[in-house]
Amino acid sequence: MRELKKSYNDIAAVKGVSFTIDRGEIFGFLGPNGAGKTTTISMLCTLLIPTGGRATVNGFDVVKNKLAVRKSIGLVFQDPSLDERLTALENLIFHAMIYGIGKADRDRRIPDVLELVELSGRQNDLVKTFSGGMKRRLEIARGLLHRPKVLFLDEPTLGLDPQTRYHIWEYVQQLIEDEGLTIFLTTHYMDEAENCDRIAIIDDGELIAMNTPEELKESIGGEVVLIVAEDNRKASLEIKDKFNIAVQEVNGELSLKVANGSHFMPELIKALETTVISISLRKPTLEDVFLDLTGRRIRDEKVEGMDQARVRMRARRGRTR
Amino acid sequence: MKEALMGIYTLWLRDVIRFLRDKPRIVSSAAQPLLWLFVLGLGLSTAFVRGGSSQYLRFIYPGIISMSVLFTSIFSAVSIIWDREFGFLKEVLVAPIPRWSVAVGRALGGSTVAVMQGTIILLVAPLIGVKFGLVQLFFAFIIMFMIAFSMTSFGILIATRMRTHEGFQVVVNFLLLPMFFLSGAMFPTGKGLPVWMQVLVRIDPLSYGVDALRQTLVGLKVFPIWLDLGIVFCFGTVALALGVWYFERTE
Repeated sequence: MRELKKSYNDIAAVKGVSFTIDRGEIFGFLGPNGAGKTTTISMLCTLLIPTGGRATVNGFDVVKNKLAVRKSIGLVFQDPSLDERLTALENLIFHAMIYGIGKADRDRRIPDVLELVELSGRQNDLVKTFSGGMKRRLEIARGLLHRPKVLFLDEPTLGLDPQTRYHIWEYVQQLIEDEGLTIFLTTHYMDEAENCDRIAIIDDGELIAMNTPEELKESIGGEVVLIVAEDNRKASLEIKDKFNIAVQEVNGELSLKVANGSHFMPELIKALETTVISISLRKPTLEDVFLDLTGRRIRDEKVEGMDQARVRMRARRGRTR
Repeated sequence: MKEALMGIYTLWLRDVIRFLRDKPRIVSSAAQPLLWLFVLGLGLSTAFVRGGSSQYLRFIYPGIISMSVLFTSIFSAVSIIWDREFGFLKEVLVAPIPRWSVAVGRALGGSTVAVMQGTIILLVAPLIGVKFGLVQLFFAFIIMFMIAFSMTSFGILIATRMRTHEGFQVVVNFLLLPMFFLSGAMFPTGKGLPVWMQVLVRIDPLSYGVDALRQTLVGLKVFPIWLDLGIVFCFGTVALALGVWYFERTE
């Protein structure tokens, strides 16, 4: 895709994003909520029409050749998109029908995908009786039913418990082996991003970095030292003064990058006049990469709260239906 | 074209399966028209001594069938809004089928369900002394389907212009009920009415549907049948075309 743009009434949601994904790759789109991840995916899936630039999926243009693009992709949306008044099996049959899969093929394929997501025993139950994790698994099964070339996963594990998240990742890995497909996923979970072959970091509608997780982390250089001092501001000024190192303060912690942390820490404590309450050392994470590039954390308290609200809303919807 | 037909068929089938599965809904949507027919109908008929009570019931009977068809049609069409809120619409919109086939499939599905609901009311004909032959029954089905199709299309048009289900109550109060009251379902729309009301009756597309059904089932009429059917057909076609047009532009 090249210079892809999307604006809503002159407010740019995605400001010219370009990248290429290779066949068989797991490509992760990492960024805070509202960064433009879902908007980008929606354009690639032909749900939104780009206001600028162009994109091809599996060789087909997303504007000129919508139906061919739609045939080549499988989608698992951020919010559930199953018909809850139908059974799991009916949801799959309907999907097969609208994707033009013949009955014989359908009858072979459906048991396969159901088995893959371990829902074979529940195929005749109404979807509204399913838990959040089961629904998500059913959606993954449905997304794979028509043998897509690219599987889009938009926040596939949002609001799921750690065990289910782990399971879903197992499926994804297995799928790449079994079906040889390309995966494009968006997430704001760091540990999930670690599983990708390559990551694009997006913030405020712009691509700010793209590389393998390892190289992104290495790009930071060295290690991360975290300090909480009695007076963070004073400590921060002191560090800048004495060591000439950039310091970032996030959520009451000072974070600094150094080449060799275990040697640096004793020196730092000796040199500082401000009392240090706690100090720790760790390898850089993708979170640090994001912090380094934007000066913010991907998930702050507010975002966390929003997620919970969304999950609650889902639960409520499930009931009112 | 093959994709479009499959899309139409799949969405039609979905509506029918969901309808047949939801027994409580069938019963409750049949209960309301029956209540109108037997309780309100019988109650009011004592006020119209001239014609005799069975005459009034016979008069409103086709109107009540139309009411049942009207409400079921609009309700199932507006369920597109629910699909949007519950996400299922997305699944359909990214499927490799043309958008217009989604709208047409829903229109046909909603109409089928509405005709089935209307048929339930048709079954009580012997109870109110309405007798008709197979030919009349056949025409009654065609007319019911035409009313259902035009009203479902109208409902889809409304649904494409609505973002949330909260606006739905407004539609019921300001559109559905006036359409039903003015259609002549419950009272004759002849010379006795004030002029403004006669005008509104003639604007209301449902008036023609009710009139067509009444001609067929009990032999009373206001307009010629060709006018009735022509208007219902044209209204439905225009509504569907507009609905498809808006639906194609949904993001």
